[in-house]
Amino acid sequence: MKALRDAFGETLVELGGEYPNLLVLDGDLANSTKADRFEAAYPDRFLEMGIAEQNMLGVAAGLAFLGFIPWLSSFTVFFTHRAADPLRMLVAQTKANVKIGAAYSGLLTGYTGKTHQDVEDLAIVRAMPDMAVLAPLDAIETRAMMRWATAYEGPVYLRLARDPSPIVLPEDYRFEAGRVLELKKGRDIALLGTGVETPRLLEAAKLLSAEGLEAGVYHLGSIKPLDEDDLVRKLRPYPRVFTAEEHSIHGGLGGLVAEVLAAHDPKPVVRIGIPDTWGESAPNDWLLDRYGLSAQRVAERVLKEVKQ
Amino acid sequence: MILSEAERGELERTARLVRYLILRTVQHSGAGHIGGPLSATELLVALFFKILRIDPQNPTWPDRDRFILSKGHAAVGLYSVMALRGYFPVEELLTFDKGGSRLQGHPDMTRLPGLDMSSGSLGQGLSPGVGYALGARLLNKDFHTWVMLGDGELQEGMVWEAVHTARRYRLGNLTAIVDYNGLQQYGWRGSGRGDRADPWAGFPLAEVFQSFGWRVIEIDGHDFEAILGAAAVARENAAGEQPTAIIAWTTKGKGLSFTEGRHAWHSKVPSEEDVRRAMEELGLSPEEVPL
Ligand SMILES: Cc1ncc(C[n+]2csc(CCOP(=O)(O)OP(=O)(O)O)c2C)c(N)n1
Ligand SMILES: [Mg+2]
Repeated sequence: MKALRDAFGETLVELGGEYPNLLVLDGDLANSTKADRFEAAYPDRFLEMGIAEQNMLGVAAGLAFLGFIPWLSSFTVFFTHRAADPLRMLVAQTKANVKIGAAYSGLLTGYTGKTHQDVEDLAIVRAMPDMAVLAPLDAIETRAMMRWATAYEGPVYLRLARDPSPIVLPEDYRFEAGRVLELKKGRDIALLGTGVETPRLLEAAKLLSAEGLEAGVYHLGSIKPLDEDDLVRKLRPYPRVFTAEEHSIHGGLGGLVAEVLAAHDPKPVVRIGIPDTWGESAPNDWLLDRYGLSAQRVAERVLKEVKQ
Repeated sequence: MILSEAERGELERTARLVRYLILRTVQHSGAGHIGGPLSATELLVALFFKILRIDPQNPTWPDRDRFILSKGHAAVGLYSVMALRGYFPVEELLTFDKGGSRLQGHPDMTRLPGLDMSSGSLGQGLSPGVGYALGARLLNKDFHTWVMLGDGELQEGMVWEAVHTARRYRLGNLTAIVDYNGLQQYGWRGSGRGDRADPWAGFPLAEVFQSFGWRVIEIDGHDFEAILGAAAVARENAAGEQPTAIIAWTTKGKGLSFTEGRHAWHSKVPSEEDVRRAMEELGLSPEEVPL
């Protein structure tokens, strides 16, 4: 188990050693996002921007056009909602080489409740032209995606999570932008996840297997860019697809898969996620259960849909 | 003197209970903020027990004063004070942050009667405060609007958009209270009043508000007499053209030896031992505390 935010902090330090032009800008949350590790290692390349996220996006754009590589640290919601306009206007539209470390995404944001639970971010950033959108499934993929993002020239949005989650990928994993990752071959249905929901789907597949249903498990961490052919090809053998994400069922992974399959290989897609409602403050297990995102609840949902 | 000895003693005792409830509630739920609620304790007690024109039995009374906790992460302080003031049973504090509770991690006006705004994303509360104050003028109502902000929170640009419009529309019936506790969550290296740099060291905060045409009153935010005096000036001038900023000098984590001036206690879960120690330092006995 390891939290993606811990991998974020560690990888910033690692990249700081390789890229002398890498800077970290923080919105008064470095001790939560773990960007404080970078401050400890490279105090002169750590810029505290205070509680002023819109300004932080603009400052980052200016720095980027002077050849710096700014990595930004804040909670997800303050990038995609508070600073949505500067993100769009000053970073995406200009193709500024700015990297967004969106640290607390989805439902599990430490009991903070609906004001901090960002389950609309993918819908927002995915619709921004020129923005790369990545949602790693574990600490290993976080590091791999950060290495890719830092080498890539252009804006990147990295969807991280607060709490520890299982390590799924091997140490030598290499991230390939656009590709769908096959984690387990199946026969009857496909489970497709993004971010830290994916490991729960591996567990759900075991529960389903015990019920005689063979589920394939896939991960789409590269929300954008996306190799649509690869997605269609990998899902082709399955008569039915279930997507699951710590995100609204509108406009995130479920929306994306439904759009692509409707155009190229129409088949039923069941979107598991937060319905059109707000989150709330509660313990993690309670939230995953309530919104049907625990392994158990995903398996139950699949069985229910398949039986119908 | 505004307060008699007895009255002041009563307020101070309430503040000690509130400090205990803040720690106890966060320890029980396993999440929440400590430093900001503790710095705002006297301010919140003074507001809810003396300053605000409110009726806890009738939280939707149209002529009530409006209060917005813009620094919404101090919710547990607000809830503790509201419970003691009779808005809901003190035992309900134990539902804080639990699924289904009215007491959300950040104030949620759609769940808890008595809240005039939801908050949690910093820097936004003064704007609906301008809306309430402006609306009161348009409706010929005499209620006053009070908004509490954090000092770190003042870094948000939207605060200054509201500061500007409040003066442009001559809203003497609006008062901003800044909990000037000298720390934010992380901030800058160094030290000042706490173990990180003071958010506004080197910036003349009072003059900044004054240059926008606001009346500024600087007080010791842990002194009830001073808080009530400043609030009285704000209300007396409500018909005038100047909004009032009360810059309340406070200490983050105030009242407990282990939390004062420590940024790590911005949000941290106390242990049972911490809660016991708090009770002791606050001079409360187990029989006196409600939870
Ligand atoms: C827009 C926004 N950015 C960041 C945060 C995260 N955050 C919560 S509290 C806090 C520090 C607040 O400092 P201050 O306003 O001084 O409050 P206090 O010291 O009274 O706790 C931060 C950065 C937030 N809630 N909202
Ligand atoms: Mg402060």
